[in-house]
Amino acid sequence: MVKILGKKLLAHGVKRLELEAPEIARKARPGQFVVLRIHEEGERIPLTIADARPDEGVLVIVFQEVGKSTMLLGTLNEGDSIMDLIGPLGKPTEIERFGTVVCVAGGVGTPEIYPVARALRQAGNRVIGIIGFRNRELILMEDEMRRAVDELIVCTDDGSNGNKGLVTDMLQRVIDRGEKIDRCFAVGPVIMMKMVSLLTKKHNIPTIVSLNPIMLDATGMCGVCRVEVDGETKFACVDGPEFDGHKVNFDLLMARLKTYVNEERQAVELFRQAQTGCGCGRREA
Amino acid sequence: MAKVSPKRTPMKEQAPEVRRHNFDEVPFGYTPEEARAEAQRCLQCKKPGCVEGCPVQVDIPGFIRHIAEGNFLEAMKVMKRTNVLPAICGRVCPQETQCEGACVLGRKMEPVAIGNLERFIADWEATQPECVMCEIQPATGKKVAVIGSGPAGLTLAGDMRKLGHEVTIFEALHKPGGVLMYGIPEFRLPKAIVEREVNFVRSMGVKLELNYVVGKLKTVDELLEEFDAVFIGTGAGLPLFMNIPGENYLGVYSANEYLTRSNLMKAYLFPKYDTPIVKGKNVAVIGGGNVAMDAARTALRLGAERSILIYRRSRDEMPARAAEIHHAEEEGVEFQLLTNPVRYIADENGWVREVECIRMELGEPDASGRRRPVPVPGSEFRIPVDTVVIAIGNSPNPLIPQTTPGLEVSKRGTVVVDPDTGRTSKKGVFAGGDIVTGAATVILAMGAGRIAARSMDEYLRTGRW
Repeated sequence: MVKILGKKLLAHGVKRLELEAPEIARKARPGQFVVLRIHEEGERIPLTIADARPDEGVLVIVFQEVGKSTMLLGTLNEGDSIMDLIGPLGKPTEIERFGTVVCVAGGVGTPEIYPVARALRQAGNRVIGIIGFRNRELILMEDEMRRAVDELIVCTDDGSNGNKGLVTDMLQRVIDRGEKIDRCFAVGPVIMMKMVSLLTKKHNIPTIVSLNPIMLDATGMCGVCRVEVDGETKFACVDGPEFDGHKVNFDLLMARLKTYVNEERQAVELFRQAQTGCGCGRREA
Repeated sequence: MAKVSPKRTPMKEQAPEVRRHNFDEVPFGYTPEEARAEAQRCLQCKKPGCVEGCPVQVDIPGFIRHIAEGNFLEAMKVMKRTNVLPAICGRVCPQETQCEGACVLGRKMEPVAIGNLERFIADWEATQPECVMCEIQPATGKKVAVIGSGPAGLTLAGDMRKLGHEVTIFEALHKPGGVLMYGIPEFRLPKAIVEREVNFVRSMGVKLELNYVVGKLKTVDELLEEFDAVFIGTGAGLPLFMNIPGENYLGVYSANEYLTRSNLMKAYLFPKYDTPIVKGKNVAVIGGGNVAMDAARTALRLGAERSILIYRRSRDEMPARAAEIHHAEEEGVEFQLLTNPVRYIADENGWVREVECIRMELGEPDASGRRRPVPVPGSEFRIPVDTVVIAIGNSPNPLIPQTTPGLEVSKRGTVVVDPDTGRTSKKGVFAGGDIVTGAATVILAMGAGRIAARSMDEYLRTGRW
């Protein structure tokens, strides 16, 4: 059992948990992920490591409540426990001194790119952060990101924060102002990573994306996370999750992510019925 | 001695038309009367071939004699001297090529049903208030790390514990048992039985660390700082694909994924369990081994109308056990033999809808000694499918070899050992099971665990490598 040491609501439907995991916290590197299972009937959920505090034995995860399991995870509180936590998994981000790097994130990609951006800056890079959200209410970790990078651009799809546009529009602006970008990192929805990669390819900017396919064991055993990179099949859990964005077949990834949409919908409906139907009055914070 | 019956005592089982719709175990097991009747067929040979045929050298005539006399407790004591996983072995060992294959009765009639008797005695013990404990030698003060809790690791752990060493098993998944848990289906090996036998190993004092990925959390070298010896039993967990067009379409599974969802995650009980699985109506399984049979039979139980096994050679070359092929056929699995898939065809959403196959014929023998399948030009045809399971084999999981400097690995990715000792190229590190041989059987992995345990004990006592 793994104890939840802290919980915070970051934005609507986005929560942050601090977990008691000293061994994993000691080994975790930016770009790696964990798999967790909430209870005996639970599925294995892969989540990127948002932060680790080895001295305190704390591992931080951030998740959006998109399906039954993440909704259930969101009902847990400080002092509760989850059944299983496995990690750190995947290859860490390659952190070097590249020069000027741009870290682009969309939505809950922000907590995932945060440790990467911080490590890149510590390695001596000039780091420009671009984070985008649908609206002002969904903005995440703006202060932390601002502290972690040299320059931060925050944009919203609807312009409600005063800066309307997609992350690709912001990236275009950075390119247009004559910035020489040595490397780009992008984490977020598949379509966003695809559009960023298309843009950077035009400008010959090497780009690393962090892929989020369906996973099961996440140790290289099942192959459900297979992605196509440069025409070759790779397992994102052990060969990735980071790949050259200019070589990833994003359309295949988007299609494969829809494998269980019907089952996911069914599970969410049953979960909602159970939550509202029990009459115990328990609601999330 | 009374005249020996030429036929073995049959074990009752679920009727095929019933069992293809449920995940309950197929055979029911012997009653005590049936077990005694079968045990009395054993001739108690002075030089028993069956024991030599057993990779872990169970005293087969010994335990069978006690069953024949109705002394089930004594029979179990004999069993546990050499085998701590009898309920598993009785179910999944290929006895026909091992102990039973060497039974002298087999020359003229049916051999003694050794596997059935082994299963009987283990299941009998489970109904008793207490189980037979193994004798544990006084503590040696030596510490052993075992990576992987599959059949090889469990056997080595049990043997080393009996010898008085302190043993810790590190398992990457959230349940112990390795392939016994994620690979072999409930209807062939109930998971409660795996849990019971793992718990027995635990009750001997073996520690078990779950959710522990060696190579990520700690490397083998880091384990060697804490432990006096390390055993690698990480199995063959990397699924192979054919690299033909369309293999990444939706609805195309590796057998590892399909079976892990169903067995380990209990996806057949979705939505009670959270993990989903595609319940296809027309399922094609590619391959001819035991895993392919398991997948094809799982598909039926998940509600498939057609479960079609596609294998490139003929029935004679199928690597699956005869009993598994027989069970699959009885349940209605269709065999497309001398047939190989060449590509998959999907609908506009990327879901697999057809498999295009080509007929094969057998040519000259290849390196494996089996006749090589050759495609027949122009014989392509299509089968409508909505689910495909690729069961053409696994290669060793590369995680440990990649993170262990000084560990010699073959071209195929297997860890190189001295077969007589299980010793690797790295001092203090032993290996056995599928990580050494490539995908093989449960009992061969157990045999490798036993060999490595003997040699590891010697190393710990003498310090000589």
